[in-house]
Order: sequence, then C-alpha cells, then structure tokens
Amino acid sequence: MNYYMQLLDTMPELILSLGGIVLMLAAAWMGDKATATISWLAAACLALAAISLGGPTSYGGPAFDGLYLADPFAAFAKLLIFIAAAVSVVIAPRFFDRAGGSRAEYPVLILFSTAGTAMMVSAGDMLTLYVGLELQSLAAYVLASFMRRDGRSAEAGLKYFVLGALASGILLYGISLVYGFSGTTHFGGIAAAMKTGTSGGLLFGLVFVFAGIAFKIAAVPFHMWTPDVYEGAPTPVTAFFASAQKVGAMALLVRVAMQAMGPASHQWQQIVIFVALASTVLGGVAAIGQSNIKRLLAYSSINNVGFALMGLVAATPAGAASVLTYMAIYIAMTLGSFICVLQMRDLDGNPVETIASLSGLSRTRPGLAAALAVFMFSLAGIPPLLGFWAKFVVFDALVAVGMWPLAMIGIATSVIGAFYYLKIVKTMYFDEPQGRFEPSSSALEGGLIALSALFVSPLGYFAIPALGVASLAAAKALF
Amino acid sequence: MNQLGFPILSLMLAIPMAAAVWALVAPGSEEARAQNARVVALGATLIDFALGIVLWASFRIGGPQWQFVEHSGIFGRFAWALGIDGIALVLTMLTVFLMPICIGASWKSITTRVPEYMAAFLLMETLMIGVFAAQDLFLFYIMFEGGLIPMYLIIGIWGGANRIYASYKFFLYTLLGSVLMLIAMLWMSHYAGTTDIPTLMKTDFPRQAQTWLWLAFFASFAVKMPMWPVHTWLPDAHVQAPTAGSVILAGVLLKMGGYGFIRFLLPMFPEASNQLFWIVMGLSMIAVVYTSLVALVQQDMKKLIAYSSVAHMAIVTIGLFAWSRQGIEGAMLVMLSHGLVSGALFLCVGVIYDRLHTREIDRYGGLSDNMPKYAMFFLLFTMASIGLPGTSGFVGEFLSLVGAYRVQSWVAFVATTGIILGACYMLYLYRRIAYGALTKPDVAAMTDLSARELAMFVPIAAAVFWMGIYPESFLAPMRGDIGQLLARIERADPGGDGHPSKVAAAEPAQLAMAEKR
Repeated sequence: MNYYMQLLDTMPELILSLGGIVLMLAAAWMGDKATATISWLAAACLALAAISLGGPTSYGGPAFDGLYLADPFAAFAKLLIFIAAAVSVVIAPRFFDRAGGSRAEYPVLILFSTAGTAMMVSAGDMLTLYVGLELQSLAAYVLASFMRRDGRSAEAGLKYFVLGALASGILLYGISLVYGFSGTTHFGGIAAAMKTGTSGGLLFGLVFVFAGIAFKIAAVPFHMWTPDVYEGAPTPVTAFFASAQKVGAMALLVRVAMQAMGPASHQWQQIVIFVALASTVLGGVAAIGQSNIKRLLAYSSINNVGFALMGLVAATPAGAASVLTYMAIYIAMTLGSFICVLQMRDLDGNPVETIASLSGLSRTRPGLAAALAVFMFSLAGIPPLLGFWAKFVVFDALVAVGMWPLAMIGIATSVIGAFYYLKIVKTMYFDEPQGRFEPSSSALEGGLIALSALFVSPLGYFAIPALGVASLAAAKALF
Repeated sequence: MNQLGFPILSLMLAIPMAAAVWALVAPGSEEARAQNARVVALGATLIDFALGIVLWASFRIGGPQWQFVEHSGIFGRFAWALGIDGIALVLTMLTVFLMPICIGASWKSITTRVPEYMAAFLLMETLMIGVFAAQDLFLFYIMFEGGLIPMYLIIGIWGGANRIYASYKFFLYTLLGSVLMLIAMLWMSHYAGTTDIPTLMKTDFPRQAQTWLWLAFFASFAVKMPMWPVHTWLPDAHVQAPTAGSVILAGVLLKMGGYGFIRFLLPMFPEASNQLFWIVMGLSMIAVVYTSLVALVQQDMKKLIAYSSVAHMAIVTIGLFAWSRQGIEGAMLVMLSHGLVSGALFLCVGVIYDRLHTREIDRYGGLSDNMPKYAMFFLLFTMASIGLPGTSGFVGEFLSLVGAYRVQSWVAFVATTGIILGACYMLYLYRRIAYGALTKPDVAAMTDLSARELAMFVPIAAAVFWMGIYPESFLAPMRGDIGQLLARIERADPGGDGHPSKVAAAEPAQLAMAEKR
C-alpha cells in the first residue's frame, strides 16, 4: 500500500489536525470576537471528519506498518466521538459568553483533543495508543481549567493534570513491561507473545496497562478525580469529558483487551469483573449523598462505566458490540443531561448546580423537567426507555457465555443506582417549587435536548436493529 | 392477520398512548387543558373498552389457542409480537373495564396537574394491556417493568402525606424483584433460541436450571402479587395513592403477578413448580391467616383493604398451584373478582374520603342513615369480598379451595380459616362505617352518591352479580387454555394427600405448619 493510500485511511485525524491548526491561527489573528465563527467552523470540521468515516478509514485495515488501524470498530467509536465533540462545541459559546467572555481557543482545543481520541481508538500499537492518549489528555487538562479565574475550574485542571500524569506514568510503565517481556509494542505481536503463555512480567504489564486505562475511563478504584473534575470544569467541558472522552477511552480499553491481550482474557477478566462491580456499587452508593447535580452525574458516569465494562467481561464479539451499543446510548443520555444542566440558571442568569434548586421544576419548566426525567429513568435502565436496552445487551452478552451469576449481581446493583436517579425525579415532580429558573432562550439547546430525549424515548427502539448490526460489525473487526 | 382483519391489539395499545400525548401537549389555559385531558382520557378509555368488547365478541372459543396474533420483527433482538389466549382475554377485559371508571373517579378529586395525571393513567393502560397481550418475552418484560414509571409518578405526585416514602418503596421493591427475572429471561432465550412465549411454554428446560429460573421469576411475581413476606410495599402504596391509583393497583397491577405465575412459572418450569410447591403453599397459608389478622386491627380503611388484597391473592396462589382444573379456574376467577371488588371497595373509600378527607375508620359511623345508596353498594361489595354465594367472590374462592383440598387438605383447611377471618374484618369494617348512631355532625352532613359516582358503581355491581350467577361467560374462553396448561404440567403433579402412593407428602405439611407457628 502506498503512502498516499495510507494517509487516506487517516482522513478524519488529518481533517481534525489541519482544521485545528488553521482555526488556531484564525483564533490568534482574529481574536475572541470570532469565537462564534470558529466554533461553527470547528463543528463543520467534526462533521467533515464524520463524513470521511464513510471512506477507507472504516475498512482500510492496518496502515503505517500496523501503527494505525482503519477498521469498522474505530469508525463506530469515532462517529460517536465526533458527534459528542460537535455537541460540546456548539453548546459552549453561549455558556462562556455568560460566564464572562468566550474565548476562541475552546473549539480549537476540542478539535485537538478529539484528534487525539480518534488516534487512540485507531491505535494498533502501544506507542500510537500512548501518543493519542497524551494528545487527548493535554488538551483536556487545559479545557478543565478553561475558566482560569474560577477557583473551582483551576482546581479541576490541576487535579486532573496531576492525577492524569500519574495515570499516564502507570500506563507507560505497564507498556514498558509488556514491551520488555514480549519484545514488541505491536498489538498483534503482544497477542502472539501472550498466546505462548503469560509470564509474570507480562502479567504485571497487563495489570499496569489496565490500571492506566481504568483511570481514563474513571472506573473504581481509579475514579477519585472524576467528581471533582466534573464539578469544577465548565459544563460544556464536563459534557465533553463525560461523552467523547469516555467513549474513546472505553473503545481503547476494548481494543487493548481484545486485540493485544485477548489470549490472556482469563487474567484480565478478573480485573475487569472487580472493576465493573466496584464501579456500579460505588457509583451508586456514593451518588446518593450528593447535592450537586454535576457531581451526581459524575458518579452516574462511574456507575455506567461499570455496566459497560460488564460487556467486556464476556470477551466475545457480542460482548464488545454490547460495550459499543452501551456507549452509543450512554452519550445520548449523558449529553442530554448536561445540556439540561446548562439550562439551570436562576432568574439573574447565574448558573445553579444544586439538586435542591430543581424542586418543582415540573411546574416551572415542564418540558425541561420531562426531558431530565426521561434521561434519569433511562440512566437507571428502566424500560421502555432506551437506557434499558443498553443494559440489556450487556447482560445478554454475559448470559450468552454462561456468566449469569455475574449478571445477577450486576443487575442487582442497578437497583442501587435507580435510587438516586429517582431522587432527581422526585425533586422535580414531587416537591414544591422553590424559586424559578429563567425561561429557555436557546433554540439550539432546546433542540438538542429534544433530540436526545427522543432518541432515548421508546422511539429509539426503532434504532435497535441498525445499532445491533453496526456494533456487531464493528466488534467483529477485533477478532 | 386475525379474525377481524385489522391489528386490534396494536390499536388498543396505540389509542391510550396517542391520547396521553394529546392530553400533554394540548394548548390552552390551565382550566381548559384540564378539562380537555379529562374528556380525552375518558374518550380513549371508552374506545378501548368498546374495542375490548369487540375482542371478546370475536374471540373464538375452542378456536386456536392464540388469537389476534400480530408479529413484526421490527426490533431485531425481540419482536413486536402480540396475541391473546382466553386467560389474557379476560384480564385485558378487566383492564379496559376498570380504566374508564378510574378516570371517572378522578374527575373531581384530582384538581392539580390534570393533564399529567391523565397521561400517566393512559400510559399505564397501554402498558397493562401490553403485559397481557405480549407474546414476546422481552416485550412482556418491557411492558411489565415500564408500568413502574407512571405508577411511581401517580403515587408520588397525587398521593397522600407520606407519598414519597411509598413511591420509593413501590419502585425499588418491584424493580429489585424484576431485574433478576430479566437475567432468567436472557438465559431462557439463549437456551431455547427464541423469545416467543408460546414456544417457550412448550420448551422443556433442564431440571437443574428450572429451579433457578423458577426462583428468579418467582422473585418478580411474588413481589408483584404480592405474597407474604414481600407484601409490605402494598399497604404503603395503597394508602398513599390517590383513589384511582389504588383501584388500578389492586384491580390490575396485582393480577400481573398471578398472570406471570400462570403464563411462566407453571407451564415453563413444571418440575420446579413441583419441587418448590411448598414454598408457594407455605407462604400462601401464612399470608391468608396473618394478613387477615393484620387487617382486623387496622384503623385506616385503605390499609385494611390492602391487607385483605394480600389475603385474597394468597388464595389465588393456592388455587394456581393446586394442579387441578378447579384450582386454576378458581384462581382466575378470584383474580377477576378481586379486581372488581377491591377496586370497588377502594372507590367506596374514595367516595367518603372525598367528602371528609380522612380514611380513619373511627371518624365515620352510621352512614346507612344519611347515605343509603352508598351503604347499599358498600354492603354489596363487602359481601362480594367475603365471598357470599351469588356474588363473584364465592365462585372463585370455592373452586380454589376445592382444588386445594384435592392436593393438600391441610392447605384447604388453613385457607378456609382465612375466609372466615375475611368475613370478620369486612363485617367489622362495615359495622363501624355504616351502622351505629349517626352522632358526628360532619358525617351526618355528607351527601349520598352523585350521579357520577352512581355511574361508577352500577357497572361494577352488575359485573359482580354476573360473575357470581353465571360465571360460565368468563370461564368459557379460558377453559381450553387451562386444559392446555394442565396437560403441560400433569407430569409434575405433586399428587394429593388422598393418594396412598404419596404418603410422604404429609410431612412437609407439618413442617409448614410448624413454620407458621
């Protein structure tokens, strides 16, 4: 394959990087007053990148000596990532305008971070993985502290950076161990080495690699940063972290687990089972005491990651497909919830984040309350909302490989989670109104909320066959 | 398609759904929207009732087991598969019959957020009909579980003082019961390679697996039913729910548990049903006696009727596990009768609650003097609840007990004491409410039934007599299906204590008795 063809395989990343550089220059010259234009251009870049997924990037196969993999799995994950990133871009200008001036770097940083995320889900080699991850993270650290005058945001950025650097170190250490004991950083080579037997060193490397990635997906016991960062970061950034980044890291984990460490599945299954159950339980229990909606959503994301990981435990194509389906439905729910949070402003236009301020929302803003209730019930996995289907496919994959005891325990932990989702619904519907929110003035936010609520509603069930076929085709690329 | 040439079941699901959406989005002032919602809700439920009559009239008795079948594989992993047999038919009829009455009962008593209220009820109706009509395992689960959302909102928004606690308890209790069932369903669908309920009803699962599957399904249906000791959510939910919510809870939602037993537990896991026979019988015997005694000491009318529901549902489980035609037919009739009678009793409570705003029994007394029409209907439903011959309650309870006697005379003995206790607490309730001197001035000022209330009671009373005097109308559609069920479970018949070859069967009976003590 010639060089040109290989470059074509990386089309989405090319579009994003070039677009990012051009827009960065534009931002430098035109200044903050061009933020709106740059945001829309950045969204257009993401849309273009998404369109380019229809090209060779979804079927081209290994490129650059296997460093980069252009397969349906990466394409599926990238599509989700681009959609989530585009949403995070378009909802931002309004938020930052009201928070004391928007800055043109925001969409640019999102583009870079997205390029890194896209690179890491396409990684076929530990080094591509690491470079992609770092590009994604570096931009993310800046994004977390984007409102630098706000103490909470600065704190979030610092915490994220310090703990993120630690996680990167752990990951890198794991990679070096794996390299040392297998002699290669290439996923296929590692798998071949593991097939001949898992030595102690390789096992050590495996544990460290999983720990590093577990940090990125915010799974227990590497979740400590999540509530603080989610709370402190500006809401559009939190939405980005909870959706695009989460999908990227999750897809990365699935790929590493299946493609690089597939032969050692019995070893890592134990890790993933523990991490998954710990996440669902802790994500459920710790959320109960929260009074800030963003912190609550952070714990909810931990909880959901736990369920998605259970699909990985199955270690089958159906299991990997279930993780992708889960993430697809999850980003709709989580983006919808965060846009609802964006709508939470008191009559003076100041953002409010306490759960108590939602009291009686069903009287003052019935539409918003209904949408948020749909997201909450859906996150809890109650049918007939689509969040049920996400859990369904995961447990279906588990039961198919005979792991029904784990499925039993896992699904029982979902009841813990249901409790705090119900708490939000209770606050909105059963409590008397206290204070009012300002009326909605953004057709864009309203439209996005309506769109994601419709997707999550029973109407979304019509998407199930397509989602099933696409995710299974994507997952089969790993085997 | 079916004998009618159009997808009647889908239509019955779609009409309330569309009405719910319209009630929510209709424009206008608050008053206009409320009135619109009431009219739309009543209209939609009446149309569904009319369709239900069409369904019943065109149901071919002795025809194919599954009728009005619809199938569309639109969802991939599971199908939009609908179809009913006689058992589902009568329960669907019960649903569509009670719904317009519920709307009528809420006409005046609900004044806040009427569109949302009506939408929740209409959604509830869709999901309830869906539960009985679903022919796909997962479609059933979705409908079964989806009902939690509207009921949670109904209890939580329009309920009494302690509504939040009750709504949480209702939701989490039933959710925990049901999620285990989902895993069992997944296992079954992988084992059998299909999600089609009629096929699964003919599938023989391995014995070892049956026990586990049975327990998982039992966890769900026992909570829904509810059986002792997982019944505690019911009194709380009933007491706090608005009148119509209680009616639908007692009238239809509890029947989903019984329907689950008859549709899943017995035909799919006959050996496990035999093996765990004593769990059901033991719990039911305790429930009959214990909850009847608890009902006897209640001060709150709704709580009393709620506990009586638990006792009646225990008769249902006894009948269902009696392994005989009498038992199962009786259980079905008790379900139907209890749906009507307990619904009507909750309406009776609602009528006087609307006037005096208290459910405390001691606050009333002597109502037969100033509310003679009310007292008459209340008496009728009290008698039907006790199981007086001529009313619907008698036929079902009698058949259930006959069935129970065949399989275990001890069970029949204990269950019959429950009937006696039932007479005690119901008559005691009636005496305290309707008889005695009319000494309290605010009670004396209460007016008799209005035309609207009369219109709610008369159809139920007519149905109660119909079922009591000529139960054949209700038994005929079910006969063939119960025959099929019996043929299916015959191989696992635990036998009766009259059979000399099963001497050992008496031993667990004593155990269960000891447990009760």
